[in-house]
Amino acid sequence: MNLPVIIKFVIDLLAVLLLALGIKGLSKVKSARDANRLAAFAMSLSVVGLLSYYLGTSGIAIQSWIWIIIGSILGSLFGAILAKKVPMTSMPETVALFNGCGGMSSLLVALGVAIFPISGGQENFDFFKSLINEVSISVSIFVGAITFTGSIVAMAKLQGWLSTPGWTQSKVRHFVNIVFAVASLIAFFDLINGNTSSIWLLVIVSSLLGIGVTLPIGGADMPVVISLLNSYSGIAAAAAGFVVDSQLLIVAGAMVGAAGLILTQVMCKGMNRSLVSVLFGGSLSAQSTASSGSGEYTNITSCSVEECALTLEAANKVIIVPGYGLAVAQAQHTLREVTKKLEQNGIEVVYAIHPVAGRMPGHMNVLLAEADVPYEQLKEMDVVNPDFPATDVVLVLGANDVVNPQAKNDSSSPLYGMPVLDVQEARTVFVIKRGMSAGYSGIKNDLFDLPNTSMVFGDAKKVLNDLIGELKDLGVGEK
Amino acid sequence: MSFVSLLWVLLLGSLLGLELIGKVPPTLHTPLMSGANAISGITMLAALTLIVKAEGNVPLLIIGSVSLGFALFNVVGGFFVTDRMLAMFSRKPSNKK
Repeated sequence: MNLPVIIKFVIDLLAVLLLALGIKGLSKVKSARDANRLAAFAMSLSVVGLLSYYLGTSGIAIQSWIWIIIGSILGSLFGAILAKKVPMTSMPETVALFNGCGGMSSLLVALGVAIFPISGGQENFDFFKSLINEVSISVSIFVGAITFTGSIVAMAKLQGWLSTPGWTQSKVRHFVNIVFAVASLIAFFDLINGNTSSIWLLVIVSSLLGIGVTLPIGGADMPVVISLLNSYSGIAAAAAGFVVDSQLLIVAGAMVGAAGLILTQVMCKGMNRSLVSVLFGGSLSAQSTASSGSGEYTNITSCSVEECALTLEAANKVIIVPGYGLAVAQAQHTLREVTKKLEQNGIEVVYAIHPVAGRMPGHMNVLLAEADVPYEQLKEMDVVNPDFPATDVVLVLGANDVVNPQAKNDSSSPLYGMPVLDVQEARTVFVIKRGMSAGYSGIKNDLFDLPNTSMVFGDAKKVLNDLIGELKDLGVGEK
Repeated sequence: MSFVSLLWVLLLGSLLGLELIGKVPPTLHTPLMSGANAISGITMLAALTLIVKAEGNVPLLIIGSVSLGFALFNVVGGFFVTDRMLAMFSRKPSNKK
């Protein structure tokens, strides 16, 4: 072994260690930020390791440097700009977009190697070796393409650019996807048989398969899909590692792939959905509109902002249940002003965070942290649920399915079994909502019919602004 | 590297990934996903290899460069956005005991 090889070996080993520590640290609140930086450092280190290896052995041509610089500047620049500019509310689709581009990168590498075999590597033709090469190229293209198109569809659906087409909810979609899958398999075997042009067929059908699999999935399940696609992009990276013969790529890709799978499973548990039903069950709302169109609301009490303010003023303990509607209205800062006033009056305020509040687990925590809500006021569901009976007022802001008592009481409900916040146990519940439309699941919310629930209709931000005015008139929070 | 040892690397890497995140508080799901996602942009190394080994083959250089661009978009954007999210948790000194 010569020096460049040894140096690269040591750097790669160090990079793997740091990446593992990074992923580990990201799963703890205290260490998460440093861990993220550590992982970023490990990635730069791995680039330095690779470049120094080539400088020390074959050398890097000027022409190669030019293309390296062009690619890295453009990619980094757009990535950094998007990361700085994007609002926190659109985090899920941003992650999806980044993820898709990672998949695209693996696809392109495999495609490049397939069309223009890298010289130098094949002194004597080895059947076994070329077979492995073809298999890894195919896997990299297949998984990379699915990751790319799947992520882009997920992003477009979350952005509202794409709706769920009707045909994707019928059985037809399984047939269509099976056709795509079989076609990919045919292209794969054709490729191994030495027919290089079938690589384009593989690119096309696996891209279509990515679209066909993601398109039927409803909005509420999208986070799970993004997490799964994230796992795929790791697998694509590992496959690309086989293509270019890089252990570092294989380890890092496998790590992300496996960790992503675990995370997907954790998310599914939080939403009481199985991975199989997410992937093949179609949109939840499409299933349920037929079965539980049962029942109109019979006992809706609506009330004014003024009444709400009066009740809040008299309360000792208030729990806020924020949901995605709050994020859409960008009302987290206004909400923070309301709770500040209440706190100044000696009222205890706590935020109850359902595991899937917002559109992604942990999304709501990020949004509230952005509005300067102290971390210790955010309570997780299991911690806060026993507190509801001793609570005077619950404010539900843009949350719906996560406070639906059906999930506990009605075994015929599609929501049955999903962990929910027991807000109905509180003395008074105010639900701030635009109208009577259903939540993501499209299911009637029994909470709204309960005698201790009052609806305050309006846009979350406007209602909260009015609430601030009313509280001011009552002299709350002014000493 | 022989194929068999690469398979070992794959196996051990996967096991490591399975072990790394056992209990994750829901708070961190989004940042963790985004951070892991940035790491999957490690394919940038494959893109670099492609460019270095292209030996003046311009179409291959372009494919490599585009691939590198996509990967770095993933990596740089992913880490920045994760940092932005995590900064919100640690900004206030009062939140740690």
